[in-house]
Amino acid sequence: MSAVNLATLGAGFGDIALGSQSVFRSVLSAFSYPGRSVAVVSDAEVPDISRSASAAVLLALLDAQTPLWLSAGLVNTGAAAWLRFHTGCTLVDSPEQAQFVWAAHLDELPDASQLCAGTDVNPEFSVTCIIDVASLSTLAQDHAWELTGPGIKDKAYLTIEAVAPSSRARFLQQQQARQALFPRGVDIVLATAQGIVGLPRTTQISPSGA
Amino acid sequence: MLQAYDSTVASLPLTRPLWMALLARAPIAMLEEALHAHAQLTPIWLRRPETGLMMVEGRTGGTGQRFNLGEVTVTRCALRLPHANGQTASDSGVVGVAYVMGRIAKQAKLAAIADALLQDPAQASWVQSQLIEPLRLHLGQLEAQRCTDAASTKVEFFTVAREAGSGNEGDEE
Repeated sequence: MSAVNLATLGAGFGDIALGSQSVFRSVLSAFSYPGRSVAVVSDAEVPDISRSASAAVLLALLDAQTPLWLSAGLVNTGAAAWLRFHTGCTLVDSPEQAQFVWAAHLDELPDASQLCAGTDVNPEFSVTCIIDVASLSTLAQDHAWELTGPGIKDKAYLTIEAVAPSSRARFLQQQQARQALFPRGVDIVLATAQGIVGLPRTTQISPSGA
Repeated sequence: MLQAYDSTVASLPLTRPLWMALLARAPIAMLEEALHAHAQLTPIWLRRPETGLMMVEGRTGGTGQRFNLGEVTVTRCALRLPHANGQTASDSGVVGVAYVMGRIAKQAKLAAIADALLQDPAQASWVQSQLIEPLRLHLGQLEAQRCTDAASTKVEFFTVAREAGSGNEGDEE
């Protein structure tokens, strides 16, 4: 375990209880209303590598008993050290062992088969993925995905922007493949700089016009 | 690897592990007195003082198998000092860390402030003379006192060898 350079480390929540409660509330809203963009407000000094809501979400959710897997762009960065220091979480090398996965923008996600989807008896043992995206839109527009399912009144729309269409298609394919596993599955939080969008396993995603 | 950082011998060069070990055992009154105005600072907290339990391990005779001696309460914190001129920029540099036995948050805070000051070359010398040297002396005296107290209870065990001669005595019994 390499020594953490504390001099460059940012502070966590100003008030641990209130800060993490507020972020937890945002995550709860995001999962309750899939496809809706929810603002994440925190006073934590998130690492430079991710000026995004994902760091605050992980800071609120992780503790010493939640193994975290980081994508290639985040391993050995200040972000990893920052989470280790403030939450005491374990960093794991293989995504199979993880309960949380954090992927930086444009980083390759682990293969669907590598992620723990829980068991039929204990579906809650599944992994939660926090994925950074540069920007996303929840408007009904061309090529937007249509979201249906619990928490969505009629239909919600989602477009992940600034990502190659091929990786978008791959993501969609993986999500659709996982829907057959229900109640097993993987819950996803898409994080931009200011807010998050929740995609719980109950949300059906289909390409626009399907 | 066992390494003794709890030595109070003044000849040892003052390294960070050594001064952290000294600060961990510093009485709160001593810290307060030596740090004066610095004790009143409002630090930028990286980790607010939090109290938890730690398992202390021992070895029989100092060399035997490890065993769990018992749990102790430990308070730890990490902080960053604000700039001397009142700025509260977070890039002020050094981070002070303290792990102190007990549950007194203030003691952990003061020890961490002292740790941060000792890492700052501009401040290290006065902290060393105002705090570390008296602290070494104080802890050395405590240790000597404990040694004297323990020495006074020393008991000499000896066995009396059976006297030789009149060899038949044993056989008759």
